Amino acid sequence: MLTDAEIDAVVQAIYDYHGYDFTGYSLASLKRRIVRVYELDRFAGFAQFLSQVRGSREYVEHMIEELTVNVTEMFRDPAFYQTLRREIIPLLGTKPFIRIWHAGCSSGEEVYSVAILLEEAGLLEKSVLYATDLSPAVIENARKGIFPLKAMKQYSENYLQSGGARDFSSYYTAHYTSVKFNENLSRKMVYAVHNLVSDHSFNEFDLILCRNVMIYFDKPLQERVLQLFDQSLAHLGFLALGSKETINHSSLKKTYKQWQNQRIWQKMN
Amino acid sequence: MAKDELKVCVIGGSAGSLEVLLDFLPAVTPDCALVVVLHRRLGDDMMLEELIASRVGFPVPEVNDKTPLENGKAYIAPADYHLLFENDGVLSLDISEKVFYSRPSIDVAFTSAAEAFGANTRGLLLSGANQDGAFGLHAIRLAGGLTAVQDPACAIFPAMPKYALEACPDHERLKPSEMADFLSAHAKKV
Repeated sequence: MLTDAEIDAVVQAIYDYHGYDFTGYSLASLKRRIVRVYELDRFAGFAQFLSQVRGSREYVEHMIEELTVNVTEMFRDPAFYQTLRREIIPLLGTKPFIRIWHAGCSSGEEVYSVAILLEEAGLLEKSVLYATDLSPAVIENARKGIFPLKAMKQYSENYLQSGGARDFSSYYTAHYTSVKFNENLSRKMVYAVHNLVSDHSFNEFDLILCRNVMIYFDKPLQERVLQLFDQSLAHLGFLALGSKETINHSSLKKTYKQWQNQRIWQKMN
Repeated sequence: MAKDELKVCVIGGSAGSLEVLLDFLPAVTPDCALVVVLHRRLGDDMMLEELIASRVGFPVPEVNDKTPLENGKAYIAPADYHLLFENDGVLSLDISEKVFYSRPSIDVAFTSAAEAFGANTRGLLLSGANQDGAFGLHAIRLAGGLTAVQDPACAIFPAMPKYALEACPDHERLKPSEMADFLSAHAKKV
């Protein structure tokens, strides 16, 4: 077990020596994950752990993959995707171009889910899906479009529940224990490393999805990231958060309108 | 609410616990924030919150990420997220890997409460068929908090309280009729 002071020392070392800023992360979850890495990697003691964090860029890259939670699935919360499919995407379809940002895209499951919705609405051609994450390794995986075969049963059920009417397996080709999604879907995706904590707005979007990413941030950092989204959204653009996240306690509340009882907000004046 | 005024009581349960919970919860007059962590199916969030709210006389606010805790209210852990406690008295959610096939994990919630609130934590572990909660309840005990399990002899699925007693035999064993007292304002102090 590590003390709060030791956790602080690790977070500070990651920032001072490697530039990754975890100081605005929620302590409870970050602590649990740092302790997990510490125990998995079987350090002899805290001093050895700290010196490894300070001295090895490679080790810190590995650590960041473990610290950031990359649990995600396709069409997670089917009711949310049903709203996107039936209400939000048809509205976006009235625009000449559609620009979407998946902020904290992890291994890309959500990006492929939205690409499928756009494809089925006949809108993928005029869309671009920007997908960013702070971890170069997960971005590389997302770009490949390769996912485990054993997850497809669940994803297929989610897809059907979200209102999908096609054969889900028509979107991928299976190779042994993994599947590769059709390049027809990925041709409109742009992947890049972007850190919500330290990087700025880079474009204007019609829809930003950031679901279950900010739950790992403390309230001041959440507020800063919401400001970044506000700067990055077009007039009447949409912000989609996870099913237990809200902007109701932030400064955005006044200028955004919640979409019925969904965790989707539209930018007003 | 200032952190040193906040008291937290976390109730964990799995198979066979809902009936017990609905039975004793209406009789509780909480002086603490009651936090309920149950293993359950996906998608029945509102149903469980509404069910509990309809039976009890104290408020049951909706739980979102960073919801602040207050004494005298009950909070139900949402399905498919781990529930964690921050030092400043707010709840955090987390979708990291399941623990003992469970999310929310009772161990994660108990352990986190013990770290954030130490001796101001009480833990109660109800009926269930797996070993989730044993480690976390022990952590509350070690932090100086009061701990209890449903008496295995009165539990539909005794495995969960039994595992907890194997990890630490000092937990109180309560019959369902004794649980409201354990959670209420006049509960004895450590």
